[in-house]
Amino acid sequence: MKRTIPLLITFVVGFSLIVAMFVPHDPFHGLDSNFSIFYDVIAVFAFILGGGNLLKVHFNKVQNKRRDWKYSIVTISGFFLVLGAGLLKIGVPEGWSGGYQASGSLFKYLYDATFQPLQATMFSLLAFFVASASYRAFRAKTKEATILLIAAFIILLRPTPLGFYLTYWLPEPLKFLHIPNLSTWVLSVPNMAGPRAIMIGIALGIVSTSLRLILGIERSYLGGDSS
Amino acid sequence: MEEQAMLATPLAHAIGVWIGALLTLMIFSFLYKDNPFYKFAEHLFVGVSAAYWMTVAFWTTLIPNLFARLWPSSMGSVLPAVADNQREWQYAIPLALGLILLTRLVPRIAWFSRWAMAFVIGYAAGTNFTRYLQSDFVTQVQSTMVPLYEPQATTMATIGNIFSQIVVVGGVICAIIYFYFSKEHKGGFGRAARVGIWVLMAAFGASFGYTVMARISLLTGRMDFLYQWFTGANW
Repeated sequence: MKRTIPLLITFVVGFSLIVAMFVPHDPFHGLDSNFSIFYDVIAVFAFILGGGNLLKVHFNKVQNKRRDWKYSIVTISGFFLVLGAGLLKIGVPEGWSGGYQASGSLFKYLYDATFQPLQATMFSLLAFFVASASYRAFRAKTKEATILLIAAFIILLRPTPLGFYLTYWLPEPLKFLHIPNLSTWVLSVPNMAGPRAIMIGIALGIVSTSLRLILGIERSYLGGDSS
Repeated sequence: MEEQAMLATPLAHAIGVWIGALLTLMIFSFLYKDNPFYKFAEHLFVGVSAAYWMTVAFWTTLIPNLFARLWPSSMGSVLPAVADNQREWQYAIPLALGLILLTRLVPRIAWFSRWAMAFVIGYAAGTNFTRYLQSDFVTQVQSTMVPLYEPQATTMATIGNIFSQIVVVGGVICAIIYFYFSKEHKGGFGRAARVGIWVLMAAFGASFGYTVMARISLLTGRMDFLYQWFTGANW
């Protein structure tokens, strides 16, 4: 029950999807789209599980008055406020038949006032850390670091007026060295070759891992016996 | 209707802008050091974002793909278009698996959740097996193998294209060689691996440049928002 059935489910689902690729007829026809919806639905339950776990952790923190427990109240309050506003469609002009993100709804209001600025600022904060990381990465101590520096510099200069004025005077036969042209070349040639090799490697890795999972050789996702 | 009118007023908008601006400043305060304002905003972000994505998933996936298929007549008030649809019993399977997944919260029967996980893993393995072979392996190899010479192009363009294509083919092969660890990187093989590193470094540099630009653009967006708030332009 604990190991055999999950292994069987993985095998049947995985194998039938591979067969469906080569046999697009009943009973395999449409299996991919059906299973895709099944997968999406289960993923939503995973969201619920994540939310439940978040509440469990923060309620425990508040209950045991652990360090910074007061901030956990903020997390829990924010969670219930947004969830309630969204699930109950509070303030949606058309009522239940209206969109949950309709203009004038509490959910949209909370999104604009809290989620959107918090998310954008949290990510923009990374600009400062990226700047300090750039300083370390751009010290051209080795040949590899120099290549990294030059490529990044060309990309960064492209949208700026400086990038244009630095090289606009180049004669026609050397126009390929003009920063915008050079930037396009970096993006379409070395920037394609490197990730392409990585993608080919990843694809081979995924194919072999998928096969190991379907055949039940790879079982780490089942966890230990106790869980 | 009363609530809608209340949230659509200029006052409500101004309060929303003030909340957004204060939260923005609270996050930026981390640049000085970790402090209670930042912790407040950080914890609020965790709770709000979890609830936001749960709500989005509920209305965009659970309602149309599960409830509307299992109980179409009951969903008529939310999705009028599905009210007359036939019930599709096969969707009881993801409902059962989803509920089984929630047993993870009860340690005594947590092992049950493996059944739902097994479906997710099986689906991912089955689709990725063919998808990655097609799109990331065959297509990428195919895209690398293109003709070097284009008869209709000018001489300069032809020389440029041939050079670029050689860099792409050579770069891909050398980068793959770099990732091949079953043979020691010595001699010609080692030199090819070294060229592979250069190609990868150029690619990482370009990606890094793009990341920096994206973050700076987000930062200027927030600064612009704060400036407008400060001058009262977006109240």
